[in-house]
Amino acid sequence: MSTMTLEAREKLEAQSREARRRKKWDNFLHMVGNHSLLIALSVIFILPLYLVVVLSLMSKGQAETRSLWPHPFVWHNYITVFTAVPFLKWTLNTLFVSLMGTIGTVVSSVPPAYVLSRLQWKGRQTTFIILLSTMMLPGQVTMIPVYIIFSRLHWIPSFLPLIVPSFFSSAFSVFLLRQFFTSIPDEISDAARIDGCSEFKLMMRIIVPLAKPAISAIALFAFLGSWNDFFGPLLYIVENEDLWTLGIGLNAFQGIHHVDKNMMMTASALFMAPVIIIFFFSQKVFIEGVTLTGVKG
Amino acid sequence: MSQARVMASSPFKKKGELAPPRKKLKVPRLFIFLCMSPWLFGILFFTAYPMVSSFYQSFTKFNLIESPKWVGLENFHRMFFEDSDFWLSLKNTVWISVISIPLRIAFAMFTAWVLTKPKRGKNIYRTIFFLPSMVPTVAATMAFTYIFNPAYGPINRMLETIGIKEPPFWFLDPKWSKWGLILLGLWGIGDTMIIFLAGLLDVPTSLYEAASLEGASGWQSFRYITLPLMTPVIFFSTVTGVIGSFQYFTQAYVASGQVNDYSHSMYFYATHIYFSAFRAYEMGYASALAWVLLVITLLCTLVILKTQKRWVHYPNGSLFK
Repeated sequence: MSTMTLEAREKLEAQSREARRRKKWDNFLHMVGNHSLLIALSVIFILPLYLVVVLSLMSKGQAETRSLWPHPFVWHNYITVFTAVPFLKWTLNTLFVSLMGTIGTVVSSVPPAYVLSRLQWKGRQTTFIILLSTMMLPGQVTMIPVYIIFSRLHWIPSFLPLIVPSFFSSAFSVFLLRQFFTSIPDEISDAARIDGCSEFKLMMRIIVPLAKPAISAIALFAFLGSWNDFFGPLLYIVENEDLWTLGIGLNAFQGIHHVDKNMMMTASALFMAPVIIIFFFSQKVFIEGVTLTGVKG
Repeated sequence: MSQARVMASSPFKKKGELAPPRKKLKVPRLFIFLCMSPWLFGILFFTAYPMVSSFYQSFTKFNLIESPKWVGLENFHRMFFEDSDFWLSLKNTVWISVISIPLRIAFAMFTAWVLTKPKRGKNIYRTIFFLPSMVPTVAATMAFTYIFNPAYGPINRMLETIGIKEPPFWFLDPKWSKWGLILLGLWGIGDTMIIFLAGLLDVPTSLYEAASLEGASGWQSFRYITLPLMTPVIFFSTVTGVIGSFQYFTQAYVASGQVNDYSHSMYFYATHIYFSAFRAYEMGYASALAWVLLVITLLCTLVILKTQKRWVHYPNGSLFK
């Protein structure tokens, strides 16, 4: 290097400056490219939601003209929908079923998950494999006999067939919880046991509080699962209009007289809203839950 | 792989060297039994008994009112030789699986890959991409049948604006209705995408650095690094996709209700089971259909499992470790 002339050195420096500038420019171009792609995709993903909201605010006449912007804004749609159809009742029904289902799932999935992850016993592995394989079983295979059981119990139509099964553990939730429980070190349990803590207390007082993120994930999945469920209500409550949930009600919308078509979008928007709001507040729980198990509830 | 990632970020770390000598504990049998009982009774009432029962019913004629009458293999004979709706639903189901499973995987991979690119704004984009998968199925389907309606939906107007002269009639046209459903499915790609995203983030960056030092192009590093390391995720999505597509119901049911699908272009296998059981009240026949569905799914899964040695790469042994 010492033999290098001043001129040569300057030339070299200029070159590397040039290269750095070019690299910066390249990075900038890349960034612009990436973001344009991401924005284009975002527009596509948002578009249907945007259209639902926009259509829900149009008058009946305008909603059938393929317009893209409400003129005028008919905010009144959001009031009319409650009087045109028993929307409030559907919402309360859905809420009731979903909340009961969530309670059932959490209460009945924590203990099996605890036993499957925190205790050593003969047959544990087999039990876990059976549990996993039930997750893969198509619901259609068991659907008819289960329907027959409920009809023999005279539970159709009622909310019971939608709620009671959730009190018998959900394989998916047990699986998710087990994955999380396994990651809690055994030393914690050992310490508590040495101090004479009973197994039940250990589960409720120590492990459950530590597993709050996983428990909120299964609660969330269970809630949304029943909020979005259509097939269950279609089998069990369709015959009694007083029990209709949002999904069933919405699907029956166009058969209901005196209801304008744009109102369908108003109702859809209201049906989506809680889920979207919940999602914004609990995104992290959600995405971690999906990654922990590889599936959505 | 994705599991390992979350585990690694879990707040609990093992400190092996400090582990106290394990006290031999008496196994609390009663406690274990009580804890397992919700699951145990659940599996007895809602899985084991129903499976046996529907297996038996698949050989009977049963309409819920009279008791089941043994008919041997008649249900299966009817299915394969007399029931044209069975073949129609099977054909529709296979068609949509063959198209939509690879499309979903490709699209999930693409959206996830795009999400790994930016330095800033990652979370906003991820939220937007994930959001549609949260929308209740019925609401999403209703929205799609409305906005894709050729007469009053805005989508076709947009397509005309960008120069597509005669956009398809989507759900109203038997040739296009399944494409409407496929688009609906792609729109809700979010949950699959998240799994792909976790997989992509697991790929060690050192591999890409090494590749770029060797002068590999973007495509080459995707083809020879990303793709092989993503095969377990692709494999997993294929299996769940096959299982899922034979149970594909709500979207098709709601959409065909909205548009009056006279030609049954959206009549799928699960729809056929539903109609046989709860509209025609042919419980025996529907059970037979359900068992054939189980056999088909099992066979497909087995075939995919068999092929996995050839194309699935597990960096640390097995996915189900």
